[in-house]
Amino acid sequence: MSVYETFKKSFWGPTIAWKRLFTKPVTIRVPKVYREAAPRYRGFHVNDWELCSGCSTCSKVCPTDAIKMVPVDITVEPGKKAQRPAIDYGRCTFCAMCVDICTTGSLNMTREYIHISDDPNTFFFLPDETGIHHNNPPLGYQRDENSDLLDLERVEMEELPGEDRVDSFIEFVKGYSREQAIVEASRCVDCELCIDVCPANMDIPRYIESVYRDNTTEGVDWIYKTNPLPGVCGRVCTHKCETVCSIGHRGEPVAIRWLKRYIIDQESTEDIIRHAKEEIVKKSTGKVAIIGAGPSGLAAAYYLALMGYSITIFESKALPGGVMRYGIPRYRLPDEALDKDIEVIKALGVEIKCNTTVGKDITLDELKEKYDAVFLGTGFTTGRSTRVPGTDHKNVLMALPLLEKIRDYLRDPENAEKPPIPASLIVIGGGNVAMDVARSVARLQKMEGKKINVKVTSLESMEEMPADLEEIVEGKEEGIMFFPSRGPKEVVIKDGKIVGLKTVACTRVFDEEGRFNPQFDESDVTIIEGEMIVEAIGQAPDYSYLPEELSEKLEFVRGRLLVNEKGQTSIPWLFAGGDIVHGPDIIHGVADGHKAAIGIDEFLRNKEG
Amino acid sequence: MSKEVKLFLGPNHPGMHGNSSVHLYVEGDTVVKSRLVPGFLHRGFEKLMERRTWMQNLALIPRICVPEPDINEMVYAMAIETLTGIEVPEKAHWIRMIILELARIAAHLMAMGGIGGATGLYTMPYWVMPDRDRILDIFEKITGARIYHMYIIPGGVRKDLPQGIEKDILEVLDYIESRSDEYENLLLKHRVIRTRTKGLGVLTREEALEMGVTGVGLRATGLPYDIRKVDPYARYDKVEFEVPTATEGDGYARFTLKYLELQQSIRIIRQCIDMMPKEGPVNVRFSRGSALRFRVPAGSVYAHVESSRGEYGYFVVSDGGEKPYRIHVRGASYPQGLYGVENKLPGTRIEDVALWLGTMDFCSPEIDR
Ligand code: SF4
Ligand code: SF4
Repeated sequence: MSVYETFKKSFWGPTIAWKRLFTKPVTIRVPKVYREAAPRYRGFHVNDWELCSGCSTCSKVCPTDAIKMVPVDITVEPGKKAQRPAIDYGRCTFCAMCVDICTTGSLNMTREYIHISDDPNTFFFLPDETGIHHNNPPLGYQRDENSDLLDLERVEMEELPGEDRVDSFIEFVKGYSREQAIVEASRCVDCELCIDVCPANMDIPRYIESVYRDNTTEGVDWIYKTNPLPGVCGRVCTHKCETVCSIGHRGEPVAIRWLKRYIIDQESTEDIIRHAKEEIVKKSTGKVAIIGAGPSGLAAAYYLALMGYSITIFESKALPGGVMRYGIPRYRLPDEALDKDIEVIKALGVEIKCNTTVGKDITLDELKEKYDAVFLGTGFTTGRSTRVPGTDHKNVLMALPLLEKIRDYLRDPENAEKPPIPASLIVIGGGNVAMDVARSVARLQKMEGKKINVKVTSLESMEEMPADLEEIVEGKEEGIMFFPSRGPKEVVIKDGKIVGLKTVACTRVFDEEGRFNPQFDESDVTIIEGEMIVEAIGQAPDYSYLPEELSEKLEFVRGRLLVNEKGQTSIPWLFAGGDIVHGPDIIHGVADGHKAAIGIDEFLRNKEG
Repeated sequence: MSKEVKLFLGPNHPGMHGNSSVHLYVEGDTVVKSRLVPGFLHRGFEKLMERRTWMQNLALIPRICVPEPDINEMVYAMAIETLTGIEVPEKAHWIRMIILELARIAAHLMAMGGIGGATGLYTMPYWVMPDRDRILDIFEKITGARIYHMYIIPGGVRKDLPQGIEKDILEVLDYIESRSDEYENLLLKHRVIRTRTKGLGVLTREEALEMGVTGVGLRATGLPYDIRKVDPYARYDKVEFEVPTATEGDGYARFTLKYLELQQSIRIIRQCIDMMPKEGPVNVRFSRGSALRFRVPAGSVYAHVESSRGEYGYFVVSDGGEKPYRIHVRGASYPQGLYGVENKLPGTRIEDVALWLGTMDFCSPEIDR
């Protein structure tokens, strides 16, 4: 087809423009003529400092390196870093990816259209809450669910459903498959906020990255740098890290705990031992005694063994593990996972003397004689009582001894004493230990063919309960009944048998200053029916093994031992950690053990020198 | 016999299309030899892409082609979608077509302005640029930016269309149509322009095919080769439009085809607005995880689209990582820009060189990449 004929030559063609000679030009004279930018305009950035956590994800996604994180003078809280993004508009491409990935939603773009300044330094700025030009510009581009560059949903963890899991003590969390773990790991933005909050300062982003790269062997290395109990922590850690995970601001935090478990579950004990042995860095001489094979004692033993010390742990129970072995129920922490962790520690030459109670089978003074340093990791072993009338009844039990009995029984039903399995149970307390008791007894009831009849009552309301939310939710699914905001008044006994617990309404647990100061409404009385009661309102240390003259020299703060940052008590050769220093928390124990190992090493080397 | 003189056209020259340089060896007024000297603009785009994550490249690729950046986003997204096997939601296909055709109109308007400029008819650029600006206004409303939209992303588009944008688009299309008479009179019916471009830079079909010239360069030789028809992407197979062709193969034919195509683009957009689903998702995530860790399954793919200058494609190789292993860009201007400049300019008069480059729609960044 010829296009020559499509448009015929026009005589007026060249003159057509002249008619526009007097029309108004469309020129916009900046900055004099104001031009309103579109509502989505990708202008300059604003950053809400209150919201911003300093996670640096914006700077990582920036394709042009236009964002630098700079230190700022603000008070840091957990989950925040004292740094904020500074943006160099000499580099910025105004792509707004930083806005789309912002973990908190603090970063947005304005509709500012022009920026005119004689000073080139104004093109590099630190955004603040007053905006760039301090003129509160209208907001332009903002992220929406389509443009979001984060993955806000967690890969669901498969668990046995409530009605099935209550049938047995089998671990009900199934663990991630390889594919699931990699996807979950890919949600991490490597912001490192979790590291600061983890008591053991585990390098979480690094081990998550190793999952993402499908290299769990490397992951094991990263984990063992600060935590020799990953099988345990990967299951039952209080996961403080997840509470600050930056993805949690707008979505579900990365499942850090399950990823740790995934790594450890992938590697064989032999492989981990081989790795661990490669880490033995220097040969030191010296002998250290550790009292208690709980989290802190085992951690201290592991790191001291890596340094070449000869370690003996004295454990009063028949098996090592402390609260991990005797407190936490099997359905949450199976023996095999704990054994795997302990196996690695033992493989470094750590000797664990079980059934040996310090203070009875061997004295602390003897240990002092035979060893160069001693570490105390004796934990919280005794329970607290509400001391309300009737608690001296034989069917009012303490949580820890009952849990211990249950675990012993499950381990060896033939030889161990059978724990009492009441037709109805009342648990007093709202913490994780209370949940452990309630859920364990519910299982036993079910296994015995009884109806589940377990009631939990606590001073705290449902929202205030200190137990992990998942414990409460799972407990409910398993058929546990909750009676929150009630204070125990008296154990109701008829004909020598417990028939219930008289409770009054608790109107307030904490006062204005946040101190524990419960208030009750005595007119609101209820009797919760049950034939056995377990008190799970807290645990306490037992220092009976400490000789008096040592006790006098040691410093205590509200029942806990005072130590320096290296875990050293006021007696130079005596170190301590775990519950007796920080209160009940496995990961704190691990961190304390690690710190104390460094402290003991320093102490012994100085002594030698 | 006259003396042979070497002249430098560009890189900074009003007659040059972008920052390249053409070394012209002339005898009298006639070019006897010409050499393209690229490398003044971007360099290493393809390598830069290998160092950025799949997501970060979205900010880089539009810069390969400033007049029509969206095609880069489109081919990149198409390649990744093929590798991941992801299905783009219906609505996103239509939105993408609206964006691509708006971009084509904007690019054609600019090219028409360029032809005006090369012939001394400066009224043309003065008219088309503000008219093109109206399209940029639409882009600003949809994407938040006027030039570098970063809107078409793997899996769909970045955001849904803003409320009521259809009305604005139709208004702009009506306006551009209302300008048709003036454009035709000023450019296509203009005596001087016709005289200067008819018979200029004739490219035969054989030559075009041999060099790999596509777009209007090829269609002006009568071959209706248009990727939108021969290998339809998005929903081009669902809309009615024509592929204008010509037989002359010269400069006039080429820019007339551009003008006619512009009319077809208007027709396509109107159909898109009618046929686009009103509701529904506009993207699907092509990978779970944060943008920092998006991964594309290993494999290789060639994705191509019809740009305003011809076939535009990306050959993408992924090794399954967070960054592309290799991306090769097939710029539509490459054949005419490189082989065309060297083979077809000799014999041309100096004053026609800029016009030749203009009608062939030579775009430097597609060569310097
Ligand atoms: S808009 Fe894009 S280039 Fe600019 S700072 Fe944000 S991420 Fe970087
Ligand atoms: S796990 Fe969460 S807090 Fe830790 S680095 Fe990753 S995104 Fe940040």
